[in-house]
Amino acid sequence: MDWPVVWESRGILLHGFAVTLELSAIAIVGGGIVGLVVAVIRFARVPVVGPILRVYINIGRGTPLLMQLFFIFFGFPYFGINIDAFAAAVIALVAYTGAYVAEIVRSGLESVHRGQRDAALSLGLSFPQMMRRVVIPQAGIVALPPLVGLFIGVIKDTSLTTIIGYNELMNVSQSIVARAPNAIFTVYVVLAALYFIVCYPLSLLASRLERRALVGQQR
Amino acid sequence: MTELEGDRAGSNGANRDIVVVSHVYKKFGATAVLRDVSMRVCTGEVVVIIGPSGSGKSTLLRSVNGLERIDAGEIWVDGIPVHRRKNLRQVRTRLGMIFQQFNLFPHLTALDNLTLAPNLVLKHSRTEANEEAMALLDRVGLKDKARAYPGQLSGGQQQRVAIARALAMKPAVMLFDEVTSALDPELVGEVLNVMRGLARDGMTMVVVTHEMAFARDVADRVVFMDAGVFVEEGPPGTIFTSPADPRTKQFLRRVLEK
Repeated sequence: MDWPVVWESRGILLHGFAVTLELSAIAIVGGGIVGLVVAVIRFARVPVVGPILRVYINIGRGTPLLMQLFFIFFGFPYFGINIDAFAAAVIALVAYTGAYVAEIVRSGLESVHRGQRDAALSLGLSFPQMMRRVVIPQAGIVALPPLVGLFIGVIKDTSLTTIIGYNELMNVSQSIVARAPNAIFTVYVVLAALYFIVCYPLSLLASRLERRALVGQQR
Repeated sequence: MTELEGDRAGSNGANRDIVVVSHVYKKFGATAVLRDVSMRVCTGEVVVIIGPSGSGKSTLLRSVNGLERIDAGEIWVDGIPVHRRKNLRQVRTRLGMIFQQFNLFPHLTALDNLTLAPNLVLKHSRTEANEEAMALLDRVGLKDKARAYPGQLSGGQQQRVAIARALAMKPAVMLFDEVTSALDPELVGEVLNVMRGLARDGMTMVVVTHEMAFARDVADRVVFMDAGVFVEEGPPGTIFTSPADPRTKQFLRRVLEK
């Protein structure tokens, strides 16, 4: 084991870790907002826009994230739009996450009993009031566990952005290994540990939310 | 529709028509659920609609507050044209609707179920809404359940909360859509008693029900519906003792036998 190499590189490793966390947060928050808006538009059966968004969802979920990254990073310059690795990573991850969030949230919204909408509307609530105060809170209990599961995947998938040279944790680790090939095992153990300490608590959270959702259904 | 114009002009009278349904048609796919249905409900009146399942009773009620979109005809509530689907929210604040499945909001306490709409729609302050809600819960005998969630209440209690929730909007008319059909038999009475109380207090009510005893006791007028049409209507005494139409006779014989 080559702990000295890791110790010497702690500065850039932690920096890479911070970059990964930052990219993950942007992807989750951005994708979450995009997905919620798309889900509500589809739920409301908005004509024209709804079906178009369906195409977005199908492409977002039906193609590899790696391909989406390439497409944006190399494809945009082809059309004369210059884009750096960070912007490409953000666009691809937000679009990808948004497509999945949209479907998870939409199925959560659809799971809320039709009568809830009837009751809210017959009390005179507007569509936004009904969504915000009646439908979304109930959908949230159903949608939250799979969302957290998705977000764990997104955190790990940020590592794919190393391929377009974005300076996140995976990329940093590779550069350390390139300089000290003998340390490869140790560096990747540390790398794994860093992803794990973020993702494992989230998976615990997901199972807790899932238990709560089941209890909620019985209530 | 000149006859309707006349009614709306006189809409400040004491016993005016508050709900006017005029030549309404409604189809679900190829099935005609409402076929040329017309009805008037006067303020203070209790109209009970009876008839076999699938005869269009619930659809009619849901059309009155715009939950269903009608294909043809007109529906006026308190002078507002529901069929134009413009001021639906305004219409709905004047109509209280109670459902077979209660439809309480499960993530809110009984009290919050009552205060949600007054707070959001009527812009009542929290304290004002809370005070009124407590008074209404008291009226349906559930003051001590204010902090309970719907899942912690029996079906009968949930339905009484649902009635209180509708009353919190101070509606001019209450629409009851088979509100006791999902209840265990021993819980039906407590809900019907609340409804009797409302009728006694002069609330305008349109009630779709299979409770014939309730219809006989409380209704000012009973309407028998079958296959999407109004077959006949009249005071309960007439409908229940000497119905004119053979379909009414047959229906009553069937439900009163069991």
